[in-house]
Amino acid sequence: MALVNVKKKEVQIKIVYYGPGRGGKTTNLEYINHTYRDQIKSEMVSLKTQDDRTLFFDFLPFDVGRIKGFKVIIQLYTVPGQVKYNATRRLVLKGVDGIVFVADIQRFQRKKNIESLNQLYENLKTHNLDLFSMPLVMQYNKIDLLKQGVEVIPTKTLQQDLNSVLRVPAFEASALGGGNVMKTLKKIISMTLASIQDQLF
Amino acid sequence: MFSHEQLNAIDKVIKTHLIDSGVENVIYIDLAGNAITQQDNGNQTLDYMAFAALAAGNFAAVDAMAKLIGESEFSLLFHKGTKSSIHFSKVTEDTILISMFSKTISLGLVRLKVSEAVAKINAICGA
Repeated sequence: MALVNVKKKEVQIKIVYYGPGRGGKTTNLEYINHTYRDQIKSEMVSLKTQDDRTLFFDFLPFDVGRIKGFKVIIQLYTVPGQVKYNATRRLVLKGVDGIVFVADIQRFQRKKNIESLNQLYENLKTHNLDLFSMPLVMQYNKIDLLKQGVEVIPTKTLQQDLNSVLRVPAFEASALGGGNVMKTLKKIISMTLASIQDQLF
Repeated sequence: MFSHEQLNAIDKVIKTHLIDSGVENVIYIDLAGNAITQQDNGNQTLDYMAFAALAAGNFAAVDAMAKLIGESEFSLLFHKGTKSSIHFSKVTEDTILISMFSKTISLGLVRLKVSEAVAKINAICGA
């Protein structure tokens, strides 16, 4: 749940990038951090293994100005995608306000995307949160691989697999090149802000 | 959500019990990694937002380890460095008080002052 500080007139919002391993969650944050380095006051924190896999989480905070007198601070987190780190994923989801589900569109990842989304649903339940009432954006990442002749899952199939019931906004993206990274971010921020408005005013 | 009065009262407790006793930096955070309030002795340049996120992760990981060995919780954590040390103490179910201090103040005194502050903050949160 967003932390509203009435004394400092500040709201802290937690947005988590979730999805299967090697799907591009960290790459999303790295792109945002790199592109907006001048406007971001804090350093990005990455807790990773020696071979550059996320071990605990990545963390990137930045402020997006004021809304009705409150300074809004967005805190972006990723979870570790590897299957064995589910206990850690659950920890990172504590207090989450909005989620970006980063799916990997490579054909061989189809099952892993579905499993990861199902696990997200279960993990949120342990915090008494419901995926169906959570601000959520789908990101179908690695669209750039299409040009390189890599076999990918068509967006229509991804929508059927992951978004036929949830029906949330979805973007094809290329986190590496930055394609639709900011669109995804803007969408989840606006959805999350809309959902916490009741707490603010 | 903390009211304006509660935040003022918590800030006062942190100032009088901890900062005035020689603790360099105090951050009160929730377990989601948000900094609720922060106070220091005026000589600190800590990135407290990143610190809060890491501290919450650290505390949550240790908490999960406690459950794996059948403990309900480890309510106290302490990291000792050569120049600075960090003391973590659970306040309510959902919040932690983190105190950073140098060698000029003993761990015993920090623990005593923190336990007094925790009791007072708990009373403020319950009020």
